[in-house]
Amino acid sequence: MFEVFSFGASGWGDEMLMGTLMTVLVSASSLFLGILIGIIFAACKLSNIFILRIIANTYTTIIRGIPELLVIYLLFFGGSGAVMYIAKIFGYDGYIELNAFTIGTIAVGAISGAYSTEVIRGAVNSVHKGQFEAGKTLGLNGYGLYGKVIFPQVARIALPGIGNVWQITLKDTALISVTGLVEIMRQSRIAAGSTHEPFIFYTAAIILYLVITRLSNILFDKAENTYSKGFVSKGVL
Amino acid sequence: MRFELMYESFFKIIEGIPLTLQVVSISTVLGLALAIIVALMRISGKKSMSIPAYYFVYLIRGTPLLLQLYFVYYGLGQFSFIRESILWPILKEPYWCGIITLTISTGAYSSEIIRGGILSVSKNFIEASGALGLNKIKTFLLITLPITVRQALPAYGNELILMVKASSLISIITLMEITGIARTIISKTYAPVEIFLVAGSIYLIINFIIVLAVGLAERKLGTVKAN
Repeated sequence: MFEVFSFGASGWGDEMLMGTLMTVLVSASSLFLGILIGIIFAACKLSNIFILRIIANTYTTIIRGIPELLVIYLLFFGGSGAVMYIAKIFGYDGYIELNAFTIGTIAVGAISGAYSTEVIRGAVNSVHKGQFEAGKTLGLNGYGLYGKVIFPQVARIALPGIGNVWQITLKDTALISVTGLVEIMRQSRIAAGSTHEPFIFYTAAIILYLVITRLSNILFDKAENTYSKGFVSKGVL
Repeated sequence: MRFELMYESFFKIIEGIPLTLQVVSISTVLGLALAIIVALMRISGKKSMSIPAYYFVYLIRGTPLLLQLYFVYYGLGQFSFIRESILWPILKEPYWCGIITLTISTGAYSSEIIRGGILSVSKNFIEASGALGLNKIKTFLLITLPITVRQALPAYGNELILMVKASSLISIITLMEITGIARTIISKTYAPVEIFLVAGSIYLIINFIIVLAVGLAERKLGTVKAN
């Protein structure tokens, strides 16, 4: 039963491992892109400028109300067209095709970004007003205030929320298998089709996802402990 | 922007709405029943009940829905004893596989919502109900359950929206609901932006109606004061 997972040309072990690496890679880059998007749109949501708030609210409402699969189809079928359109404005007239990894990262990153926006907005809101005032009193502004005083506190509060976003993002990457990116989902489909053993390969895929989830939970817990030093004394709660 | 195409495809895509709503409502009702059972198992205090329930929720929440769908639709059909069993007429239909998968998925997610709702019921209510001479079952049905429904409603509203979104995945196993039809039109016309706007708006409207309905129900049920 397990010979199908042997490494080398006869088995699918190495292919499944590469698929797992691809899943981790595309999830991590999507999460990273999502956090960048989240920081920008959280700033928009918290700004005094009405139009920025409208843009940010429209973005999060659309992403949270529309199936992820539709967003992926939009970028898969329309992504290259959009890039070529922008390139044309800058004077480049050639054909550009985005690969499945780039499209997948952008699509899942855009979805992940909507969740990160809410997490970061909540975290910024929960930083005490006195911190902003104290920073300003000390003569800090711009990077000094936001980069050195507010950001470290936001990061600490946002970490558990980002952990949840990571779980969602990891699961959403399974959807980009429909665009042909060979990650766990796609690889197990290929292997299942080729060996006529769908049960074994989908079970293997389930286990691989659970292992990634478990390992990343441990990492996030460690990070939370590190960043909450001096805030939470164990045994009190 | 090709407005004529958007107009034409709108009438094609709305034909998928009944299937989406059908699958979502059947699996929501079945899933809610499953969720109540799983939630009660988790808070039962008996290890033989709570541990399987915990791992069931962990398994479903830790894996992508698409994988669960493939597992039910392709994976189970591999075995001849399943193909020969009385369940096969159900398991060979993508429609029922979609409903089974969505039921299991929402059952796991909602069980956590319900568990939170039950645990949020103040002990005072339970004690008061005991003092009034109600037995355990009556306390659960008359006191705990109504309060749980009210407490769990906002989170359950989110779960309903997630269900509408999740139902789009059944298009991958050949079911022609909103996303399935949208995808077919995109590959025929190569107009992803236009079709995305049409299909996306339909989903937004469905979800907006859910948000309004849940908000109405929340106001109707009032608030629960814990003390």
